[in-house]
This record gives sequence, structure tokens and C-alpha cells, in this order.
Amino acid sequence: MTTPAPIETIDFSTIFPEFITADTRPGYSGYVVEKDHLIEFATKLRDEYGYDLLSSVTGVDYLPDEKMEVVYHTFKTTGGPVLNYKVQVPRLDPVEVPSLVSVYPGVELQEREIWDLFGIIFTGHPDLRRILMWEGFAGHPLRKDWKEAYFEEESKPFKSRWPDGKITQAEDNNTFSDNIAYPAGFDPEKWVPEGEDALYGALAKYEYTSDDGIKSDHIVVNLGPQHPSTHGVFRVSAVLDGEIIASLKPVMGYLHRNHEKIGERNTFLQNMPYTDRLDYLSSLSNNFGYALAVEKLMNIEVPERAEYIRVIMAELTRITNHCMALGALFNDLGTFFTPLIYLLEERELILDVFEAVTGSRMMCNYFRFGGVARDLPEGTLEMIKGLAFERLPKKIDEIDRFMSENEIIRSRGIGQGVLSADDAIRFSATGPLLRASGIPYDIRRADPYSIYDRFDFDIVVRQNGDIFDRYMVRLDEMRQSIRIIQQAIKGIPSGEIQTGKPQYQVRVPAGESYGRVESPKGELGFYVISTGKPSPWRYHVRAPSFINLTPYGHMCVGQKIADIVAILGSIDIVLGEVDR
Amino acid sequence: MYGKGILKGLGVTLKRYIETYVDDIRWMGKRYYKTEGIAHRSSKDAKGIFTIQYPEEKLPSPEEFRFLPFLVYDEDENGERTNRCTSCGICSKVCPPQCIWITRTTNPATGRPIPDPAEFYIDGDICMNCGLCAEYCPFDAIKMDHDYELASFSRNIMNLQTLSKPASYYEGIRPINATKENQAREAKLAARATVVQKTS
Amino acid sequence: MDVKDINTPGYEIPQEIEGQVAITTLDKIYNWGRSASVWPLMFALACCGIEYICAQASRFDLSRFGMEVTRPSPRQSDLMLVSGTVTKKMMPTIVRLYNQMPEPKYVIAMGACASGGGPFKEGYNVVSGIDRYIPVDVYIPGCPPTPQALINGLIKLQEKISKQSIKSVRWYQKGEDQVSIPVPILGPDLIDPRKIPLIRNHEAQEELS
Repeated sequence: MTTPAPIETIDFSTIFPEFITADTRPGYSGYVVEKDHLIEFATKLRDEYGYDLLSSVTGVDYLPDEKMEVVYHTFKTTGGPVLNYKVQVPRLDPVEVPSLVSVYPGVELQEREIWDLFGIIFTGHPDLRRILMWEGFAGHPLRKDWKEAYFEEESKPFKSRWPDGKITQAEDNNTFSDNIAYPAGFDPEKWVPEGEDALYGALAKYEYTSDDGIKSDHIVVNLGPQHPSTHGVFRVSAVLDGEIIASLKPVMGYLHRNHEKIGERNTFLQNMPYTDRLDYLSSLSNNFGYALAVEKLMNIEVPERAEYIRVIMAELTRITNHCMALGALFNDLGTFFTPLIYLLEERELILDVFEAVTGSRMMCNYFRFGGVARDLPEGTLEMIKGLAFERLPKKIDEIDRFMSENEIIRSRGIGQGVLSADDAIRFSATGPLLRASGIPYDIRRADPYSIYDRFDFDIVVRQNGDIFDRYMVRLDEMRQSIRIIQQAIKGIPSGEIQTGKPQYQVRVPAGESYGRVESPKGELGFYVISTGKPSPWRYHVRAPSFINLTPYGHMCVGQKIADIVAILGSIDIVLGEVDR
Repeated sequence: MYGKGILKGLGVTLKRYIETYVDDIRWMGKRYYKTEGIAHRSSKDAKGIFTIQYPEEKLPSPEEFRFLPFLVYDEDENGERTNRCTSCGICSKVCPPQCIWITRTTNPATGRPIPDPAEFYIDGDICMNCGLCAEYCPFDAIKMDHDYELASFSRNIMNLQTLSKPASYYEGIRPINATKENQAREAKLAARATVVQKTS
Repeated sequence: MDVKDINTPGYEIPQEIEGQVAITTLDKIYNWGRSASVWPLMFALACCGIEYICAQASRFDLSRFGMEVTRPSPRQSDLMLVSGTVTKKMMPTIVRLYNQMPEPKYVIAMGACASGGGPFKEGYNVVSGIDRYIPVDVYIPGCPPTPQALINGLIKLQEKISKQSIKSVRWYQKGEDQVSIPVPILGPDLIDPRKIPLIRNHEAQEELS
């Protein structure tokens, strides 16, 4: 069991003074590493100092300082807070930074995303292609000088809405009556699409001749983006050898909704409803992470009653999410919708609670900076009590009896899609994926936030790292969540629910902060940089579903075609988070 | 025995199937199309058939439920309407996707602004039902509606006429909030009246 | 639907056989058959897709309307329920799926994002509403619309189907199909082949100035 480690006072700028300086900008923390010594420093951190999991890689564009920065967040799986270090490079094309794929393979997809959205080339990356936009898209969208087709002003609120708000549709202000802009000199008839060649070129190819002289070749099969498994618009390109998978690459970006660019235009309060739509199955966890990140910058305390309400809501969200995840997993394993319908019944009753308290079943928008938006109405605490003490424990035991000894689930789950403990750490997996492989890391214990240190609950760990273990981890996590809710209901005090007066113009001092929560899918982190203005300068989401897809290709090699969807279901992704 | 797990699972399904009939018999005719029946089927003791048969039975919306917004106007005994909205613009500034367009009226003689909206548009195809406009309105003028039966054959842009609904409708859908706000408003008026009395 | 509902008024039916015989129009029977068993395409894009799954589940049962058969293949479905944000990267796929659906086919834009871009309208990868490319029959606002709102929208679609007449509906006319949608191309930005003359015109004007 991990416990929060005592905060060490290792100062890396004194140990390696040649290439590391402390970051002394007001409100910032961490270290600035020189570009040429980056790989050496990362290897030392991993091997000698125990920072074995690189959690997040972020790009930042400092246009006024003519610099671009890549920020790394890393932590130890034995517990403790997050360490961050940065590399700064001048903002002249081509912008190059050494790639850390050789040290931490988990950064592969994140570095591709930074190349796609910022234009930073990572030298040494095995497969640097665009990931969220398509090959051939003009420009790198998250740069500060790149304006979108419907661009009105740098930050909201827009002047055209009040006091002389004449309604116009944004389409009417654009030449093509649509959200489109082309670079100068573009001739549509001469354009040759090249996107698919890059993808198929990146897949490994197999050709061999057997002893009888029979030549075999590979087949490339695309699954999706429209696919009956209810995971959303996600595409998988697989190279098959008969029915065995030889290599596999996921393709994403079909739901890329520009959350981070819109986040830079919004004010801090206006970003809160947008975070609901990231992991749309567990919207209150997203609110929680964002509220934590900004509260760290604002340095305000949350009242007791609000903390208890936050914990109850977060754990109820964990149960709804796992209901949906397990239902979808069983769907992928072949049970045609029956367990999904049973689990959705429980989810509907919890969504009734959300509707009564926050106003909406799914997009809750309930947390504010310094507390929660409104108090629990009459009767809702009784609803939660009835669910947590009477109904949910029985129903979870019923699902356990229904599915855990089922021979088909066992033979399709045990030993399939194995991710070993070392691989899980190297590929930056977090959440139930990491705990099913044997690493007992849970942020609520390792680096506690809110009031989780007051509750008594176990961290659920399994040793084999296969599909069946991930199902059992989620089932037991539901039971632990019920334990926490029962303790929180017994201990909830009365009092106020928000520090200070509710106001829509939030003053956030300059600085950076990284707020992370243990969302039902893994570690959900928000990296927010503020310059004192009403809108954030950079707003990045460390999405657990996106990063948990890094070992997906590795887990599928050697399995059969039918296991592709089952393994995807056991990782439990949600496209709103993968593509943001 | 190989297959015992599957049989256990089938036992769970069989139990649920029988429960649907048992629950129907126990409730004997009061289970469907009656309010107690709907309340039973959405409570923690719900057993048997879980379906709420929309459109004949509708789930009651809780008070905090939010769908698209609407504007409140006060109506006095003669039927005269006064808009509560003063076109201060706070809802338009706080709206995350910026889907509220407000034009303030100006006095044609003096050119100074009058606290009444001349035009008020909400693009219903951009609104994300977040409720921030209703939360930060200082005059209790814009509130979130409960009406969700808005499917139509064309796009949905709402103007001042389609958005305005009487205060009696608002008190019907949100009684607890409405009484709290009315009390707060009367207390403020009373406090101002005593201040005026003291200074005069 | 009762025998009495199908009966066209104005015809005398003897009382003994009133419950078994109805005199009706071909349109009414045809529309009754079609509106009572619409088969949607299994196509959940984003958050609205989850509300669609909840509408299919046991609480708001879509099977009461004949719609529980969701077909993964577009060749076997009648209704494309676009639920969720439509992005440019996904647009060629959606148009291709629409073209593969056999007629009669219907499209419902569910949610704010499919109706008109939604809260993400200002993004660089978002299409401002699906009706830019394919014809839409019913719009359902909300973010996301509750399952009850979705069922209301489906009932509106059934009403629309029951008002259509075989003589005037677009898929039984002679001649070329009036609605044929070319698949968009992913270039430096999304290219709609119907707008290529407009793009060329715009580029020519830019060069002149």
C-alpha cells in the first residue's frame, strides 16, 4: 500500500548545476533543463532517484518571449508529489527537442500530439505523424499566432454580444459560409490526399515463405470509426497474419473538439461547463480536477461541508462510470446487452440524484472555485443514503454472482491482453489499468487531495494484468466507493458551501499549477498557466484514456482479432477525453 | 461441474424475470399511469419492470433541472407586463459559448440607455444548458426552463417574444427558489424604505 | 393503431363488420408500416450518444416504438441519428454512410452540436451543424437532450412520416436523385466538392487584389 512519502528537499539545481536551473518565474516551480542534457537527466531521474512514471508531456507557446517550452510531469510509484521540469527552445522553425521515447515509451502519443498542435519536432521519435488532425492540415493550431476561421476576439466576452448585440450566425461572416479557411494559392482540383499512406507506411509489414514454398503476405484491416462496440468514433488499423494480430495502430482525432484552444479563449469560470464534456460519463471528476488546479493558483480554502459533498459526488460518479464501463466490456465479450441493461438501471438511479442536486443528468457543472455551486436540496441526502446503504451493495453482489464465475468470461478474460507491471509503468498507464497489473498506486493515497486522508478504504490490486483482472478491479472499486460514501454521509457537517461571494469575474494570480485527481479512468490532470488576465494562457488536460492507449498496440500483438475489441473495452476509453 | 457459472448467471436472469410478474401482481393496477407507481419505479426499492412509458407517463423533473433558458416578466392585475430584464449584459458576458445577443434600448430623445431590452436573442443550437446565465443574473430575470419537448423541423433561434414567460409560470416550476427570491427582494425593498424614512 | 384510425371517413361500413374492415388509402397503410418500425443506425458520436444508449435501455424503452433493432450496417437501417459533435475528420465517413443507406432514409440531428455546431462551434475542427452536408428531418435541441426529449423528437419524426405521400416524396420520383452528396475531401481544411467553383472564384479574387 502506498502512503504519502515525506516531501524530500532534493534540489536538482545544486546536484547538476551545469545544465539545470530552478524556474524562478513568479508562481512557477520546477526546473529548467538544457536541451542537450535532457535524455541524460531523464535517465538519471528514472534510475537513481526513483521517478519511474512520466505522467504528462505538455507544450507551451510563449509568443511574447519568442520561446516554446515542453513541460514534463513525473512522479514515483511509491508515492509523493509530482516533480516537473521543462525544456525551453527558441521559437524559430524548425523547432527541435530530443524525444524521450527511449527512456519512457509512454510519451509516444503525447509527443505526436505536441508535433501536431505546436509544430515541435521530436528528434528520435520512431513515428512522428499527426494524431488529432489529419495529415495535410494547414498549420499547427495551438500556436498563438494561428487563428481559426470563426475567430472574433482573443478572449471572451465578445463585444459584439452586448450592448449592441445584433444576432448574426457565425457562418454569415465567413466567405465560404462555413467554418473553413484555406491557405493562399490553394487549388482544390490539384490537391492529392496523402494521409493514409503515412499510416500504412508506419505499420510493420510481414512477408515470409513457408517450407513448402507457399508465400504469405499481410492483410491490413481497419476497424471503425463507425463500429458496433459502443466506444465511440475510434479507428484501429491492424496487420493480420491469418487471425493473429501482427501489429496494430490506433487512429484517433475523430472527435477532436478543440477543447484546449477554446479553453484559452474562455475565462476561468466559463471553462467549467466545458470540462464536463471531456469524460462525459463522469463529469463531476473533471470538474473536481479543474477546480483543484485553479484553487491551487488562487490559494483559497474550501469549507468542510463542501469538501464532504465533493467527495460524495466524486465517488457516486466513480460508480456510474464503472457501471457503464463494465456493461460495455461485457458487451464486447459477447453478452448481448443483458448485463449492460442491469447496470444501466443502477446508473439511472444515481443519475436521478445528480439531476436533483446539480440540475442535469450528465453535464453537471456543479463545482466552483472555493466550494460547490449550491447546497443539497431537501430529500437528496435520503436518496443517497438509500442507494449507498441498501440498494447498491446488493446489486453489485448480484453482478458478481452473475458474471464472475461465467466460464465464457473466464476463458476470454483470464490470460488475454496481459500487461506486465514493468510495461505498465514504462507506458505511463494509470488507474485501474495500473492496479490490475500489480502496482498499488492510487492518487487518493499517494498524494491525497481534498479530505480523502480521513476515510478508511482499501486500494484494489490484482496481479495478473489481464482482462479478467481489470473487470475485478473495477467491481471491487465500486465496493470501496460505497464504503467511502457511507463514511462521508455519517460525517457530513452543516455549514456554508462556498468561500467568499459567488462572482463570475475570478481573479487568478499569475503562475502555473498542475491539479490531478484519481478519476475513474486513471490520473486526470489539468495543467493551467495564468498570466493574471481573466483567461488562462495555456490550458492542457492530461487525459487518462489517451495515455492508457499507448500500450494498446503492445497488448494486442499475438492475440486474435476478436480480442481487439475486448482489450479496448478493458482499457475503458471515452472518446471525449482521448480527442479532447 | 463445467457450466456451473453459466447456470448461476441464468438463475439471476430467471429471478429477475419472475420478479416482474410478482411486482405487477403486488401493485395490482396501480403500477402504471399513476404517480405512486412512477415514484415506486424510480425509488431505491424499484423491482420488476423499470420502464417509464413516455409519453403517457412522464418522469417529474426535480426543481433544479435545467434545459434552455427563458425570461421572466411580472404581470400585475390589469395584465400589464414589465420585463424584469434590465439588459445589464451580465448573462451575455458569462455565457461560455457566447450565445446571447442583447440590444439595449436607448431613449430617442436624450440618447441615454434605458434598462429594458430592445432585442434579446438566444441561439438554441449553441446553448449548452449550463445555467451560468441564471446563476449570475442580479435581477432574477433569466431562469432555466423545465420544458424539454422542443423538437422541431428547423433550427432553433429564440427571440424576446418566444423567450418571455410570466412569473406565475416560474413560481410553478421552481417554488422553493421563487419564494426565497421573493423574500430576499421584499427584504431589500423594506430595508431601502427604512433608510429613506430615516434620512427624510 | 386501431382499425377505426385507419378508416377514411366518408365510407359506409355495415355495423357487423365494423371492427374487421376498414377502407383506407395506400399512403396511410404504407406510412403506418414504416413509421412503426424505424431501424436506427448504430452511430453514437459523443455525449449525446450516451443519452441515446440510455433511451435504448430499460428505463425509456425504445423498443415500444419499434426502434430497438439498431443495425451496425448502414445498408440495413432507415434512420441516421446523428448524436454528438460532427468534426471535419469524421465528415467524409458520415457522408459515405449516408450515401450507403438505402432509401427511404431519414436523418435526425440530436443535440446542439449536430443541429448547429453547439458550444464547440468556434473550434477549427468542428462542422457547424450536420445540415451543411446532409438533409435533416428533425432537430432536437439540448446539451444533451434528456431521453424523454429524444423520444419526443422520434415521435415528431413518426408524425412527419405519416404525413408523407408516395406521390410526392423524393425517392419515388422519376429521373435523377435530387439529393446526391459528394464525399468531402480532407485537404488543408475540409473541402466540399460542391463548393469548388466558389473556392476557385475566391482564390482568383485574392490574386487580383
